[in-house]
Amino acid sequence: MDTLNPTAEAVRFDLSETTVRELNQYLHHELPGSGAKHVEVLNPNGRHNLAVGVDAPVSIDIRGHAGYFVGGMNKLAHITVHGNVGWSVGENIMSGSIRVKGNASECVAASGHGGLVVIEGDASSRCGISMKGCDIVVGGSVGHMSAFMAQAGTLVVCGDADPGLGDSLYEAVIYVRGTIHGLGADAREEPMSDDDYARVANLLERAGFDHDLQEFKRVASARSLYHWNADHHQEY
Amino acid sequence: MCGIVGLLLKNPSLNGQLGQLVTPMLESMSERGPDSAGLAVFADTDRGEKYSLFAQDADFDWDALERALDEALVPTPRIEAQGRYARLYLAADPHTVRHWFEEHFPALHILSAGHFIDIYKDAGHPADIARRYGFPALTGSHAIGHTRMATESAITPAHAHPFTAGEDFCLVHNGSLSNPYKIRRQLERKGIRFETDNDTEAACRFLEWRLRDGDSLEDALSQGFNVLDGFYTLLMGTHDKLALVRDPFACKPAVVAETDDYVAIGSEYRALAHLPGVKEAMLFEPKPEEIYSWTR
Repeated sequence: MDTLNPTAEAVRFDLSETTVRELNQYLHHELPGSGAKHVEVLNPNGRHNLAVGVDAPVSIDIRGHAGYFVGGMNKLAHITVHGNVGWSVGENIMSGSIRVKGNASECVAASGHGGLVVIEGDASSRCGISMKGCDIVVGGSVGHMSAFMAQAGTLVVCGDADPGLGDSLYEAVIYVRGTIHGLGADAREEPMSDDDYARVANLLERAGFDHDLQEFKRVASARSLYHWNADHHQEY
Repeated sequence: MCGIVGLLLKNPSLNGQLGQLVTPMLESMSERGPDSAGLAVFADTDRGEKYSLFAQDADFDWDALERALDEALVPTPRIEAQGRYARLYLAADPHTVRHWFEEHFPALHILSAGHFIDIYKDAGHPADIARRYGFPALTGSHAIGHTRMATESAITPAHAHPFTAGEDFCLVHNGSLSNPYKIRRQLERKGIRFETDNDTEAACRFLEWRLRDGDSLEDALSQGFNVLDGFYTLLMGTHDKLALVRDPFACKPAVVAETDDYVAIGSEYRALAHLPGVKEAMLFEPKPEEIYSWTR
């Protein structure tokens, strides 16, 4: 494995020559305390589980398309994927950031607790499903049932949202700049407050997008679904 | 979990490389479906009435079949046999042929019938199956493959995908249907017969029934959205088309890459990563409950 070259600025892993396991074992065991600040991953070719469970302030550049669960459970690291990603990028992200230069498949940042996930292109179905405090900014549009049962955190969509947006929402808040093709059960559009504009402005700046704040709409929970009411007889 | 792959060549000069291009696609989906695999290949020209046959008996006597056919049905049938698999060229009405096989060679399974289609499928690791049947050497204009991880019925060659019904039609499925027996009962009342207890066969025979009734592939699939309940990404092939749909919840994955030379479909990008020019391809994820089709 000539992937570890301490004299070079970036520690480089070429996945046409090295395994994902070697990459992840380096990130978990050798990187912390080594002083390495930058890791580069070449030829990912859609492989799964790249840079999962990283717990170190390092920047990781993945050059190409990644598969499922890239950056899952991330803490502190700043991961950039120079391509598309498969399902569940940043699943259960705790802190740090993940930026995807291309499009993302389903379940972006599912159950994410903290940190920032930026998708520069589109994200497909169930973006932000069950998010628990992370922030997600999507430069393009999101697929159906995005922010399903999202509990805390913010989803900003600069494009459109497919049907079922915010179905069974808890306390996460969604901002959509384009067309909302349909809200899910118990999600509703609400007026934008000064706090909302400030929140969107902050996230757009951190994500590197520039849009007219006035174009954004706020979607939040009507809170009629998650308070159990025996009188409803299961009719909601 | 299962893996599906499909490749339709828009550039006919690549037809000779179809097997070479699609075999790594299939093998890369082995982790999604390690217990069985299959491949349907469509020829770019009409090859006359032909059948893909699979013998349950490893020592099946193909010469005896040839002699029996020659005497009973039509003179000079042509059989290209390789182990338990054979391709049979036979200028006779498919309905008559099926009945004759059921009566005289019940242990032979007709994998496919049609002027364009050949199907190969078997139990075992996808890479072994690809080697067993020489997938890399196959040629044609489009192909559909499947790697199976059985969840609802037995692991046998007959339960492997692609499933087929009628002529020049096949289907592969990633997912599980919740109402296959209801569909099956409705079709059986119309005289449609089933060969396995696999849920995918119900979808396959339903769609083929609609096509035979005069529906376009697109109309048949619209009906399918109303009738099929469960999780599915379905990829279908006809003599000149590939079609792809995902269920209304998009529970099962699919990704499409399109270039000037081909349309490639895989459960995951990994299946497409080796294709020439894929880095410049238009890549997209099909939306739920939308019909995607491509013609060669």
